Amino acid sequence: MSAVSVKLLGIGLIGPGLTGWAAAREVLAGQTAHLSAPTAVPSPQRLPAAERRRAGVAIKVAMAAAEEACADAGLAPQTLPTVFTSSSGDGVNCHTLCEALAGSDRLISPTRFTNSVHNAAAGYWHIGVAGQAPSTSLCAYDASFGAGLVEAVTQVRQHATPLLLVASDTPYPEPLQSARPLPDSFGLGLVFGPADGAGLTLSVNLVPANPATRPTPCADPGLEAMRRALPSARALPLLEAVARGGAVEQVVLLEYQASLHLRVEISGQGPT
Amino acid sequence: MKQPLAITHYTLTTALGAGIAAHRAALESGRSGLAPCAFADVDLPGYVGEVAGVDAVQLPPSLNEFDCRNNRLAWLALQQDGFAEAVQAARSRWGAHRVAVLVGTSTSGILQTELAYRRRGADGALPSDFHYEATHNTGSLGSFIGAAFGLTGPSMVVSTACSSSAKVFASARRLLEAGWIDAAVVGGVDSLCLTTLYGFNSLELFSADICRPWDAHRKGLSLGEAAAYALIERNADSAQGWLLGSGESSDGHHMSAPHPEGAGAVAAMRQALAEAGLAPSQIDYINLHGTATPGNDAAEDRAVCSVFGTETPCSSTKGATGHTLGAAGAVEAALCLIALEQGLMPGGLHLQQRDPALQAHYLTENRHAPLRAVLSNSFGFGGSNASLVLGAAR
Repeated sequence: MSAVSVKLLGIGLIGPGLTGWAAAREVLAGQTAHLSAPTAVPSPQRLPAAERRRAGVAIKVAMAAAEEACADAGLAPQTLPTVFTSSSGDGVNCHTLCEALAGSDRLISPTRFTNSVHNAAAGYWHIGVAGQAPSTSLCAYDASFGAGLVEAVTQVRQHATPLLLVASDTPYPEPLQSARPLPDSFGLGLVFGPADGAGLTLSVNLVPANPATRPTPCADPGLEAMRRALPSARALPLLEAVARGGAVEQVVLLEYQASLHLRVEISGQGPT
Repeated sequence: MKQPLAITHYTLTTALGAGIAAHRAALESGRSGLAPCAFADVDLPGYVGEVAGVDAVQLPPSLNEFDCRNNRLAWLALQQDGFAEAVQAARSRWGAHRVAVLVGTSTSGILQTELAYRRRGADGALPSDFHYEATHNTGSLGSFIGAAFGLTGPSMVVSTACSSSAKVFASARRLLEAGWIDAAVVGGVDSLCLTTLYGFNSLELFSADICRPWDAHRKGLSLGEAAAYALIERNADSAQGWLLGSGESSDGHHMSAPHPEGAGAVAAMRQALAEAGLAPSQIDYINLHGTATPGNDAAEDRAVCSVFGTETPCSSTKGATGHTLGAAGAVEAALCLIALEQGLMPGGLHLQQRDPALQAHYLTENRHAPLRAVLSNSFGFGGSNASLVLGAAR
């Protein structure tokens, strides 16, 4: 199989003890230990007040990661096609709907229903930035990050324009939390560009998953625990490699689906 | 302009029946699959397109963990028109790791969770037989189809509300062009559940009356359930039809209402035409999204007229199938393949008095003529738009 190469133009990050790519970079570079703390989710200032009130934590996490990645890339967000991927969607909203539908009157709010679509975060983002570029929202359970990366790099390859990938997860409340335990919210934004531009090159390829191809773990134990517990955090070994930087070519193997991993070769000068 | 992609096999199962022949006959006779809602214990005035026999479907024991209404419907549809055999043959020809599963759904198996919430214990816990990953989770549909055929290529579920299963055709092209796969099972499955019935009712978009696309007195949609699939293969010797182009866009306007001028829809249709290398005048028929909500039909009418003018014949098939949400894109792609094969432009059902404000050339009667290329529109919540251009077998 041939690799698909893209440029990495910008990064956004929000998660437990991770408050933005810029702040988290030292942790990811191995210069400071990761200190766990509940994910601090900012309010999306870009949304009109009415939409901001309606947006749940899943939408806010995705938008925070998207916002930082676009700023890091220095690109106008309204121009970017997007791929949003999440293993779960908006857990709180889903729980509230299921409780209401199990009740006697089954009255549910129109906003709850509207926000129940898996592409709610993408919809709010495109409203917030007034963007009419294409948007795809995906799910592949624990393989959701890998599915998003596959879709994102093949879109950049097809259209030869920069694109924003957002991978995020938000926990369900009980009782669904017991059926699908996710420890906290996590959001990652990556802006990719065509391979012939400036910046760090990522060459992405599919490789069979077998005992000889174990995914690259995170160097930091706290981050490694996060990588194992949160589908969107499966990207963390890539961020560690980027944060460590240097001129040396690096290869990380990201966990994708039972049959496949994603091999990412990192080369060149990255975003600083 | 892109190379046409071969659709070597396809099938669909809706309220009109299971398989292509049932749909051919229903379209020819102008039959509707809609009936007053008698789904589960739902007590709402309105019409639904329920697929017969879904409750009776039994999954093979090896796939039991996936058991839920959505995957039962998915399985029922896979058994029609030799589709399962065609996928097995593709797996043999290309290798299991070179065949992708790219499918769309909006609600997946959420009905399973809705029902489980009624069976919560005194401590609030869900029953022990509840299996979140294989039923409720949006990714379940892709995992189920992959497991059913032992496919190990890239698998994902697109969930962009009502454009979901149109967009997977575009994703298949990207994976083929990247050289990462040789074939893809694409399609969509959505099944009736309380979330969508009570949800569209809360938005006052679920009509008490049967849905009447393009009618002056249309009041909203009738919900349906369906499954439809297409097998896309590289280097095909023959095909049942061709994917000529696809277009995708966002509205960036409102979560549950389309851009009033249909700006995003215009962009999606123009991109699909550009990929197909066709002028608007070369499209013989348009299968509209046509949900019969006042706002959606008006916005789509403006969009269609601004791209095609007012001469291109068009209609909505939702009066026959109901709005099948995440499955609608694949269902209507399959109906377009039937239209191309039969030279049949299906007249839209239930129209009593045409809305004088709508300008598109809306067909209320079946029309027969040779068709070479048709366009299908799918627009969803969150302002997600997709258009496909499909070509006749040649």
